[in-house]
Amino acid sequence: MRYLVVLEAVQPATPPPAELMAGIMALGEAATRAGALIDNAGLAPSLAGAKVSVGAGAGLQVTDGPFAESKEMISYAVYDTRTKAEAVEWTSRFMALHHDLWPGWEGEARVLKVMGPEDY
Amino acid sequence: MSTGRAAVEAVWRIESGRLVAGLARLTGDAGTAEELAQDALVAALEQWPVTGVPPNPGGWLMTTAKHRAVDGFRRAAVHRRAVETIGRATPASLDERDAVDDALDDPVGDDLLRLLFTACHPALNREYRVALTLRCLTGLRTDEIARAFLVPEPVAGQRISRAKKALRDKGIRFEMPGPADVAERLASVLEVIYLVFNDGYSATAGDDWMRPELSAEALRLARLTAASVPDHPEAHGLAALLELTQSRAAARHDATGRPVLLQHQDRRRWDRLLVRRGLAALVRARDAGGGTVGPYTLQAAIAACHATAPTAADTDWARIAGLYDVLATAWPSPVVALNRAMAHGHAVGPGTGLALLDAVDAVALAGYPQLPAVRGELLAMAGRHAVAALSFDEAAALTRNGPERALFAERAEQARAAADPMGR
Repeated sequence: MRYLVVLEAVQPATPPPAELMAGIMALGEAATRAGALIDNAGLAPSLAGAKVSVGAGAGLQVTDGPFAESKEMISYAVYDTRTKAEAVEWTSRFMALHHDLWPGWEGEARVLKVMGPEDY
Repeated sequence: MSTGRAAVEAVWRIESGRLVAGLARLTGDAGTAEELAQDALVAALEQWPVTGVPPNPGGWLMTTAKHRAVDGFRRAAVHRRAVETIGRATPASLDERDAVDDALDDPVGDDLLRLLFTACHPALNREYRVALTLRCLTGLRTDEIARAFLVPEPVAGQRISRAKKALRDKGIRFEMPGPADVAERLASVLEVIYLVFNDGYSATAGDDWMRPELSAEALRLARLTAASVPDHPEAHGLAALLELTQSRAAARHDATGRPVLLQHQDRRRWDRLLVRRGLAALVRARDAGGGTVGPYTLQAAIAACHATAPTAADTDWARIAGLYDVLATAWPSPVVALNRAMAHGHAVGPGTGLALLDAVDAVALAGYPQLPAVRGELLAMAGRHAVAALSFDEAAALTRNGPERALFAERAEQARAAADPMGR
């Protein structure tokens, strides 16, 4: 089954520690090798994007970034796993790395199931 | 932290291959390693729901299994070297290859790969290779393997235990094949993965979901293998073939569960991410091959022709026919000859396809429903609808798959209607 994981975070002012980057690389490599991680990429700050919204009475609105939200969208990953728990486990390891190695970092990864043949 | 059974099993699934491989390096026997790993899983299922999942679950499982191994060896008083090795090893040094292994000329130096090579040893029959590969490398439970292969659980369990016994009886140690044997061993690994994939792919709508899951499992194994032997073009070729084949999974059946032929599939339902990955793997296969192309890479190239055609009418049949010519020359088989006839029928014309079909080994394909089905399609293309209908009847009578029978029966009806448009 396929899962889309979207990461939102509040990044500390400090640059990400080298140890964290190495850990992320190693974890990504392990998940890729296992055939579980099949796509992933970083996301540019909201300054580079826009928002298209439809709201009550306002009709269609296009707003260019940046947005004043506390969290930024950081990255996405696509997993191909047999169960939800496996996608959650890989994601937990990714989040644990941040927790252990980047003091002050706060984030939330949403694990979303992508509809597949098994859902029809 | 979730510590339910599902969470423990997820950790197990992620760690089991590495765990079995590491234990096999310590004990020298993949069968023993698999049993020790199972013991560790049982311990985890007992303890983690109470204590929580430990920070380094892989290390925990390895340490637990090692303790059991030491106890077992002491009890059995066997294998002095292994006891010493394990007695010396600390969790930190488990990731290091011991001096004995360093002394071996190990062209890859990778436990998981060694495990694959061991499980797919050519001295084992295919059934055992498949059972061991699934058991040791994917972490599938016996009941899951049973469901996937449509056999009762005791039968699957017996297959696994006999396969492990065969490893011991034949003295197949957990070691890298020498440089001279790597090619043969890798061919066996790729064949096992290919067989597992096809087993899953032949599942029909309404089958237990574990059957199609086999294909997904084989695809992951193909990715693992390609990553483990990046210099071997056919490993990438197989990964490409399976990614591209799997990309069509959602379009293979209609809403009622009836199979849909490639030409009639709704291509919007093809999985673009898998297509992209398949094409990338195909490029890697060609780069690694340096001019030589193996059978999996060729089949992947054919699958890529379909994957890159926006509509059925855009299919580059001339290129597909050319690829089948190469395949039929270098790796001839009756099924390749059959597909080649179909490709030439599309590329050149139904007359050419029918002429090639006459040269296909009908004896080897006796009872194979695709033979009359292809003849029916070519005859229909030639406008010979009445005879085409008879071929489709024959295909419908031969197939043992209900939805496929319905499809052939429908093609027969369509041919009859075309033969006699007035419905007389």
